Amino acid sequence: MEVFGIELSWLAVKIIQMLLFVVVLLISLAFLLLMDRKVWAAVQMRRGPNVVGAFGLLQSFADFLKFVFKEMIIPAGSDKILFILAPIITLVTAFGAWAVIPVAPGWVISNINLGILYVLAISSLGVYGIIIGGWASNSKYPFLGALRSTAQMVSYEVSIGFILITVLLLVGSLNMTDIVNAQAGGFWNWHAFMLDFSDPKSLILFPIMLYMFILFFISALAETNRPPFDLPEAESELVAGYQVEYSSTAYLLFMVGEYLNIVLMCSLSALLFLGGWHAPIDTSFQILPPFFWFAIKVVFMFFMFAMVKAIVPRYRYDQLMRLGWKVFLPVSLAAIVFVSSYVVFWGRPAVNLVGAGS
Amino acid sequence: MLPALAFYALSAVAIAAAFMVIAARNPVHSVMFLITTFFSAAGLFILMGAEFLALLLVMVYVGAVAVLFLFVVMMLDVDFAEMKKGFLQNLPVGAIVAVILLTEMILVGAASLSGEATSVQPAAEGVSNIRALGDVLYTEYAFFFEAVGLILLVAMIGAIVLTLRSRDGVKRQNISDQIARTREDGVELVDVEPNQGIG
Repeated sequence: MEVFGIELSWLAVKIIQMLLFVVVLLISLAFLLLMDRKVWAAVQMRRGPNVVGAFGLLQSFADFLKFVFKEMIIPAGSDKILFILAPIITLVTAFGAWAVIPVAPGWVISNINLGILYVLAISSLGVYGIIIGGWASNSKYPFLGALRSTAQMVSYEVSIGFILITVLLLVGSLNMTDIVNAQAGGFWNWHAFMLDFSDPKSLILFPIMLYMFILFFISALAETNRPPFDLPEAESELVAGYQVEYSSTAYLLFMVGEYLNIVLMCSLSALLFLGGWHAPIDTSFQILPPFFWFAIKVVFMFFMFAMVKAIVPRYRYDQLMRLGWKVFLPVSLAAIVFVSSYVVFWGRPAVNLVGAGS
Repeated sequence: MLPALAFYALSAVAIAAAFMVIAARNPVHSVMFLITTFFSAAGLFILMGAEFLALLLVMVYVGAVAVLFLFVVMMLDVDFAEMKKGFLQNLPVGAIVAVILLTEMILVGAASLSGEATSVQPAAEGVSNIRALGDVLYTEYAFFFEAVGLILLVAMIGAIVLTLRSRDGVKRQNISDQIARTREDGVELVDVEPNQGIG
């Protein structure tokens, strides 16, 4: 059976894959949200949500329902179309980037050659949800929040792009699956810890790539507007930033999109720096499925996000900009120069540089 | 069938959005339509098999340039009545420019259609987009590539020079001082006797 030259069975498989991704992401998001609050509470010696369901396990679902059943208020002076469009853009771009994320060998919706570039392109669109939402509200606080967040996200996107290039240079491909497979064999092959003692020259990469991993983590915090870089929604200054005028489902969409972006950044750092679905030591844990390793790394990264939120005070805005442009940008540029000279002069024996996405 | 349909849909959206860029009353809406145009153009690139260019278009133009456009347009306090005032005076100049542009476009289109067909050498099978581009960009056209980079650098420095002005009496942050501050510098523990106050 074919429609417009598309095999129907292929179409059905793809649609089922997409639905699976969306459903699994939303359900795991509910529990990650709970984990976020529980970690935060534990750091502050509170209990956190513990009423709805056992240990508060159903708290997120109760919150979701509450959001959906509340009345949605659209301010009279707002630009109505853009006001409603903004949260939709946030949610759609947050889901869209997941199309190229491989969660286990072969478990990916679209295994395209330019996977990383696609993720960068789609995630750079996420800023529109925020800036449009802030502007369409026609109110001072949201507008200031939107301006802040735009400048912040555009700045840190640059350093994230440069950090990704160091990984791409080592792998020689932009395909996500290739990047993960280049880190097979054990944790000493992961890009965060390049400790392959059989090739002494490659040890020189260890400090650089570890530093790049830390830089990526901090940039990811800034890119997703998480504390200590949550200036777009700094409560003490801007109430809730670009979300001030949003209520009910529209606010829910913003929040889900924001958390999806955080999980996306966690899985990106797992894929690019922590070996994706590969076990830390190759032979011993084969009983566990590859997806388990991917999930545990993502959850670990999310735990780090939650811990940072709990223990680090908020940055000042000029410090944030200085960090992005005067520290991260030159450092990541220098790392690119260094890593590319390494690749040119000493090569990478483990990977044959056949070119991007062969 | 499907590529043709997609082509017509994308081009229709691109043209309609491009028209709305100049027709929209609100400048922010204009920028939004501009973004739609960029997006449709990226879709057209994908239909031509230039995925790398398409993603680059989305990343650079939609993700960065248009955001800054939006940024500037939102912050400008545009008075539309003021802007429309000079419309009739500027109309002849605008019309002349438009006519010249249209003539040029027609000439270029006609020339490329009437001349003998120049076939573009397709890249070898199995060579990806980004590799094919990189192979020529950093070898054959390396000089031009670097020249473009230099021009951009000059433009950037020019913009900074134009906006840079040094004034007296401006308080500046000294970041190294701020980082070097210790608890002892900033906090003083005073043991106050009851009913004495801090002398």
